Amino acid sequence: MRAVIEMKPEEYSRRQQELDGWAITIETYRLGDTYHCTIASVDPGARFARADSATREDAEARALEKAARYLAQTRKFEV
Amino acid sequence: MSPQAAPGVLVTTDWVAQHAADPDVRLVEVDVDTTSYDQGHVPGAAGWNWSSQLCDTLVRDIVPKATLEQLLGRTGVDNKTTVVLYGDNNNWFAAWAFWQLKIYGHGDVRIMDGGRKKWLAEGRDLSTDKPSFPAKSYKASDPDQSLRAFLPEVQAAMKNKSASMVDVRGPQEFTGEILAPPGLPETCQRGGHIPGAKNIPWGKNCNDDGTFKSTDDLRAMYAAQGITADKPVIAYCRIGERSSLTWFVMKHLLGFKDVKNYDGSWTEWGNLVGAPVEKP
Repeated sequence: MRAVIEMKPEEYSRRQQELDGWAITIETYRLGDTYHCTIASVDPGARFARADSATREDAEARALEKAARYLAQTRKFEV
Repeated sequence: MSPQAAPGVLVTTDWVAQHAADPDVRLVEVDVDTTSYDQGHVPGAAGWNWSSQLCDTLVRDIVPKATLEQLLGRTGVDNKTTVVLYGDNNNWFAAWAFWQLKIYGHGDVRIMDGGRKKWLAEGRDLSTDKPSFPAKSYKASDPDQSLRAFLPEVQAAMKNKSASMVDVRGPQEFTGEILAPPGLPETCQRGGHIPGAKNIPWGKNCNDDGTFKSTDDLRAMYAAQGITADKPVIAYCRIGERSSLTWFVMKHLLGFKDVKNYDGSWTEWGNLVGAPVEKP
């Protein structure tokens, strides 16, 4: 029988902030030794960047760097 | 508070924690971010990839019947299994899987209210173990296309105003200010919306913790926009997954009899030559 490892997500946090003019949600938690961070747009709420790291700060910084890169490719049109 | 139209179709995280190991229950995680499952999932849950397992990978279409039968069989699901779906983004793709399972006639499908977000926020157990299941035989029904709108029907509904059109994308997508959700690839040639559509973003169905709003609140929200059960409804978004969540709300929580998901959505309409587009 395989050993099944179960862990609880700890240090869970979710907050909103603005990044390059876009409202984003940053969700971070630690699972074991790894911090997982995902970035989603507030509207419509789609995840579009994520990163993992040994520290919260690094996971969030790397995810935000990716998010900024992706957001820079989003064009706005006049309506 | 008004009851759900389909009682039991939503289960709580507590219910899942208590029933995850039941032999007649199969938990399945379906995420937008297909790496989420590998990071850790509800213990005992299977993981389905929406982009490779819940669609036809050759032509643009829902999963073929035989492919779904194989997927369900491999997941240890037979026709009597209670399938409980959950996922990230407040159950976007869990609803997409739900819609397809209903198209193919599965009887007992449920959604874990709040999805992955609520499970994480509550600090519940996660596992990185990928369970294997004893294979079962699954026999799907022929697809019930009454749950799905195709382009000719949408075009006719727009022209004849025979159905309420609900665009569930964000307001900036609806107006055409942007062509795709921020940070995601643009997949259409034109921005805007189908003429006559009402913009009721999918996220308005949910509370901050990812759970669905009460049926009273949902009914009032749609009624305020003129969307009621006495008229057919067609919901659409960009690729049909957000609108499957709205379809779920209308059909299974509010009991609308005639509601369809237009899965061609804006990636079809916004790329059609000569299709009428309304802005803002």
